[in-house]
Amino acid sequence: MALRVGCAAPPGRARDNKTGAWRVFKPVFDPETCSRCGMCAMVCPEGCVRETEEGTFEPDLDYCKGCGICMEVCPKKSIRMEKEEK
Amino acid sequence: MRELRIHGRGGQGSVTAAELIAYAAFEGGVFSQAFPAFGVERRGAPVQAFVRFSDEKIRLRSQVYEPDYIIVQDPTLIGDVDVFNGMSTGGIAIINTEKPDFDSRVPEGVKVYTIDATTIALEELGVPITNTTLMGAFAAATGEIGLEPLKNALRRRFSGSMADKNIKAAERAYNQIGGAA
Amino acid sequence: MLEFMEGSHAVAEIVKRCRPQVIAAYPITPQTHIVEDLAQMVANCEIDAEYITVESEFSALSACLGASAAGSRVYSATTSQGLALMFEVCFNAAGMRQPIVMTIANRSLGAPLSIWNDQQDSISLRDSGWLQFYAEDNQETVDLHMIAYKVCEDHDILLPAFVCFDGFILSHTYEPVAIPTQEEVDAYLPAFNPYQRLDAENPLSFGMYATPEYYMEFRYEVDRAQQRAKDAFIKAGREFGEQFGRDYSALVEGYRLEDADTALVAMGSICGTAKDAIDEMRDAGKKVGLLKIRTFRPFPAQEIAAALSGVSTVAVLDKNISLGSGGAVGTEVKAALYGSGISVYDYIIALGGRDVRKRDIAAVVDLAEKGEGDMFYGLRTEVL
Repeated sequence: MALRVGCAAPPGRARDNKTGAWRVFKPVFDPETCSRCGMCAMVCPEGCVRETEEGTFEPDLDYCKGCGICMEVCPKKSIRMEKEEK
Repeated sequence: MRELRIHGRGGQGSVTAAELIAYAAFEGGVFSQAFPAFGVERRGAPVQAFVRFSDEKIRLRSQVYEPDYIIVQDPTLIGDVDVFNGMSTGGIAIINTEKPDFDSRVPEGVKVYTIDATTIALEELGVPITNTTLMGAFAAATGEIGLEPLKNALRRRFSGSMADKNIKAAERAYNQIGGAA
Repeated sequence: MLEFMEGSHAVAEIVKRCRPQVIAAYPITPQTHIVEDLAQMVANCEIDAEYITVESEFSALSACLGASAAGSRVYSATTSQGLALMFEVCFNAAGMRQPIVMTIANRSLGAPLSIWNDQQDSISLRDSGWLQFYAEDNQETVDLHMIAYKVCEDHDILLPAFVCFDGFILSHTYEPVAIPTQEEVDAYLPAFNPYQRLDAENPLSFGMYATPEYYMEFRYEVDRAQQRAKDAFIKAGREFGEQFGRDYSALVEGYRLEDADTALVAMGSICGTAKDAIDEMRDAGKKVGLLKIRTFRPFPAQEIAAALSGVSTVAVLDKNISLGSGGAVGTEVKAALYGSGISVYDYIIALGGRDVRKRDIAAVVDLAEKGEGDMFYGLRTEVL
């Protein structure tokens, strides 16, 4: 791979860096009680919570670092953090 | 000279662990040196920290490539990073994992101690920050630092109940590995 | 008594004991821990100093310049882009003959953006008139701060100084350091006695306009003060040795040079790794030594020529690159050895935090002995 002149790079390169392995806890979303307010997607620092076709939300576990902010803000308490086995 | 390499992720306290292990060793009467290798400075990114122990003043400044000891704070690193790189016969590896039957490309002659430091840290500290727990395991597995200097190092860093909780976490790991070692 | 602490914290501890009256600095990696510690010490009334918070490095050094002219002992610290932003003020501080001491936690300059160590930042200010001292370890870093104040404030010198220590490699390393007590520092470093100062009763301006009839003479005087700083450093370093038992009475320091055929020349923390590498090469029968340059400004050309008079080959390790020319240290060492018949080779090494191992030092020696040099060492040719 040759170096690009000026250390220049196109956008989107952070996608190559999957950060999902960094978690201790993963968020589990309950679509049954979700009010579809979208707060979880708005606050996610990784921008990895996305809207489903039903209008509820789900995390992309390839990138979710398990910070738990979505759980903190969810007004319906529809998100819980579950320890993952390593 | 003996060398330790700590593999962790930003926020798990690898750099603090290196500092406190080196401090405990210094208190124990040897020359020691602790330093980090920062990658990107953010929580969760893979980081390394290093400790050297010597009977003479330490001049060497390179990173550690042929460690006598490694500590792996997070088993998910093993896929991303060749944590055993440079280890040889007589080496000691301390690995935080829930699976005691842990088996990965371990070089011949390297003794592996596994410990579920995340569970200990969650029980004693309430947060999955495993560095102080693994320091107890390191002390027991290698004998490079004693339990008392380690407690002093923890008291120097933390105050009040935080010190007590971290000491308890370290002691639990020390006793658990002490049984195995 | 040796204590175990981080390099940056050791710097803050010794700066505190040097009793600066004004501190102005702007935090930047890897200098940050120094100024965080000092800000804390000022807030805790451990230092009787004014800590001026500023919005940039340009302002930080400008505040220091004003405070120094007003008769205060002042301190600052920076690195890399921060030092680049101070460029204009640096030249003014030296020209106005203000004895400011500033720690440089050496770091590379962008672009590309890099927070890691080399010595490009301070070396790029080599023409500014500041004295430049380079430390091999955290003990030397601590000690050079005391020596720097003593040399700078000498009324025969009156120049500012950088005390340079390698960012991360020293600034973030925990190791044993002896921090002199306040009484010991007071015994070595007297209270600041300004040569002249801003005073409302007796008004004065610094750095006035100089016409072509005068400009060169003022610059000549700064250069003369740089030259005199050699003896002032030697004297201050000797006095330091007499009081503390650690001798700094030399601008350059040889290691196993006595019967060496090949000599490495280097500055800063790389000297420690080089010494370990030299011990191994010596064990293997190679006659290799090291010359450590402690004062890059003033440049000790005669001392270098004298120390290297017995060797046949010299390999200079340059943690900087004067783009379009070569390493700055190598260029000056070649000038110092001009006409000596010694083969001098320059190696650009360890830029932007590239780690240096003992085997790299040995490889450089091999290259020099084969007559291959004036090159970048350790390039990853696969990405070129």
